[in-house]
Amino acid sequence: MELDPFSLLISIVKIAVVMAWVYGLLRVMGHASKWVKIGGVIALFAVVQIAILFPLNSPILNNFDTGLLFQACTITMVSLGLNLIYGFNGQFSLGQWGFYGIGAYTAADITYRWTNGDAGGLLVAGIGVVLIGLVILGLNRVLSRFRGLPVLSAFTLYLIGVAIAGAVAFFVGASLSPLLASLFGTSDVPGILRGDLAVQVVFVLSVLIAGAFAAEVAFLFGLPVLTLGSDYFGIATLGFTIVVNTLMVNSDTILPFPEMKGGRGMVGIPQVTTWFYAFVFLLGVVVVMRNVMHSSTGRAILSVREDETASKAMGINIANYKLLAFVTGSLFAGIGGGVYAHYIGFLSPGTFDFILGFNPLIIVVFGGLGSMTGTIVAGFFWMFFLEGMLRVLLGQLGTEAPTWRYVLYPITLLLMMLVRPKGLLGSVEWGFLKPRAVPRRETNQAANGLAGIAPVVK
Amino acid sequence: MTQTTANPVTTSQTPGAAQPLLNVRKLNKMFGGLRAVNDFDMTIYPGELVGLIGPNGAGKTTCFNMISGLYTPTSGEIMLYGQNIAGLDPYEVTQMGVGRTFQNIRLFPNLSVLDNVRIAYHPHAGYSMIDAILRNKRYAAMERELTEKAQDFLAIFKLERIQDELAMNLPYGEQRRVEIARALASNPRLLLLDEPAAGMNPAEIVTLMELIHFVRDRFNLTILLIEHQMRFVMGICERITVMDFGEVIARGTPKEIQANPRVVEAYLGKGATHAA
Repeated sequence: MELDPFSLLISIVKIAVVMAWVYGLLRVMGHASKWVKIGGVIALFAVVQIAILFPLNSPILNNFDTGLLFQACTITMVSLGLNLIYGFNGQFSLGQWGFYGIGAYTAADITYRWTNGDAGGLLVAGIGVVLIGLVILGLNRVLSRFRGLPVLSAFTLYLIGVAIAGAVAFFVGASLSPLLASLFGTSDVPGILRGDLAVQVVFVLSVLIAGAFAAEVAFLFGLPVLTLGSDYFGIATLGFTIVVNTLMVNSDTILPFPEMKGGRGMVGIPQVTTWFYAFVFLLGVVVVMRNVMHSSTGRAILSVREDETASKAMGINIANYKLLAFVTGSLFAGIGGGVYAHYIGFLSPGTFDFILGFNPLIIVVFGGLGSMTGTIVAGFFWMFFLEGMLRVLLGQLGTEAPTWRYVLYPITLLLMMLVRPKGLLGSVEWGFLKPRAVPRRETNQAANGLAGIAPVVK
Repeated sequence: MTQTTANPVTTSQTPGAAQPLLNVRKLNKMFGGLRAVNDFDMTIYPGELVGLIGPNGAGKTTCFNMISGLYTPTSGEIMLYGQNIAGLDPYEVTQMGVGRTFQNIRLFPNLSVLDNVRIAYHPHAGYSMIDAILRNKRYAAMERELTEKAQDFLAIFKLERIQDELAMNLPYGEQRRVEIARALASNPRLLLLDEPAAGMNPAEIVTLMELIHFVRDRFNLTILLIEHQMRFVMGICERITVMDFGEVIARGTPKEIQANPRVVEAYLGKGATHAA
């Protein structure tokens, strides 16, 4: 078998087009005019949607390419979350993949149960997430009044509160779900809740619940563990990913989730992720992340990375900001997981192995620590280069040849790091993600008297 | 959060007339078996400019770290306006009105000069993360106000031209100025300066002295500073406390300190007084 030069060209063009598309998206989103912004985003969305649908028999983007696109979107969400934790807040974490897995399985279980006529998953998880969230926020308010409370005591109190909230949610959800059973109908005579629209709504809810659940787990895990120094924190989060993976492998034996089928993998998840959902969730994550980072909260998160001691001396409660970044990053991972789970309709614990957990880390470092643009570009590039280009091209050389991509791509990474040690984009941001330049104040104001300035001590 | 409480600072220069701003009593710090600070006492009245000097390793920076909350004292009290702040977290101490700079400059190196100063406003930013995510009017208004305040500070320190430079790329003198600007932006009543003149040439020291006088008067500040440069300390401080081996060995005006045999001995060694 021989390498087809034409397909090499096609792959390169594809990557170039994807990169241009990402650049265009960020530029359009950063446009001053509201209408250009909205119109541009819709146009860029539509271009891809049309390429997925037309021409009818052999669309420009075939199933394989579409899959790459969805996976690029999900991995970008996960990586953006990790960049928030590692790149912006300076906490080296290997736990991101675990939260990704939690999000994927949570969302999948909710929609799986729903399509099988059981609203219990949605009700228990939905009520649980809300109750646990309220308990955490409430306890947080109460506990902040007590000075010098040891972290482990606080952790224990949170854990008790969360367990109670979880139990309440379980009983309420389980007792409410039979009431909805009649609306589901049977698989022969489907009721209203089995309809397409209902499934779509449940899917969106399940992704949001999955994100919130991952964030809550991150809060409980991060509270004691974030007190560790950075290297130890990295090891602890690696442990977390391994624990999550082990639970997935044994989900049908040691956990009460027979439908997850343990190591054999979960099948029968409704395939409802469309380009629309992948795009909208990615856009949401990007917008939230950018708005947080370009605010005082974002600067506080950055200051923790830059110098913890100085940050404390500036009146910043660094423990809170580490936790905030960790929880927000995990929220993004959970959302990414939820979107991923509904794309092929199959989840295998092998996907969430800790070795693969290095992928987001590679993307974040490749794109540039602390660069949102870098992560987005690297996320799409990584997917289209590794899976889209190398796998296809090497596949033409022989059935086993695609394994070589795991040799070629580390070498690519190595070369990249030698040439650009700060990552592909360093700390450069494009369009929408660029912080708005602050115009300088008139200098004569400063010159004609320091007295003209409003007193700071009030 | 814009609090409109009247500033209790009365710029009285006469110790004893007003309530002390800072009253440190019997402060001790043990590092394992090493007694770094032993029964340290100090009273500072509003508006004063006080120096803390002593040979290397005397425990000056340890005292600073205890006052600013970075170290928890082994025992003792640190009363700030009659409230004990010993053992509070550093961020709480800062929010109560103690700003500080560091001996080895601690700027946020990869952030711009403007962001360095803006971070100091974070506890008083006046908008939450939710406001930021929604980009509502509150965010826009508060962020603009905060940025303008930060730029005013930069203007005072003649740093407005370099607001977009990364802090790590600045020359040493400017880094010092940014650090002082940042400390002032955290809205302190008591400013702790740890060796502000370190590494400066005589001309820069003169400028720094003027600057410190200026900010004290301008912001109604009380200043406590550690310094090794005697010219600087003697020229600027109204009262001086001398430490050696973790203990206070002398207090007084610059003139009294210069004449104090124990101080000379601590700096130059025993017998120096006779030789002199």
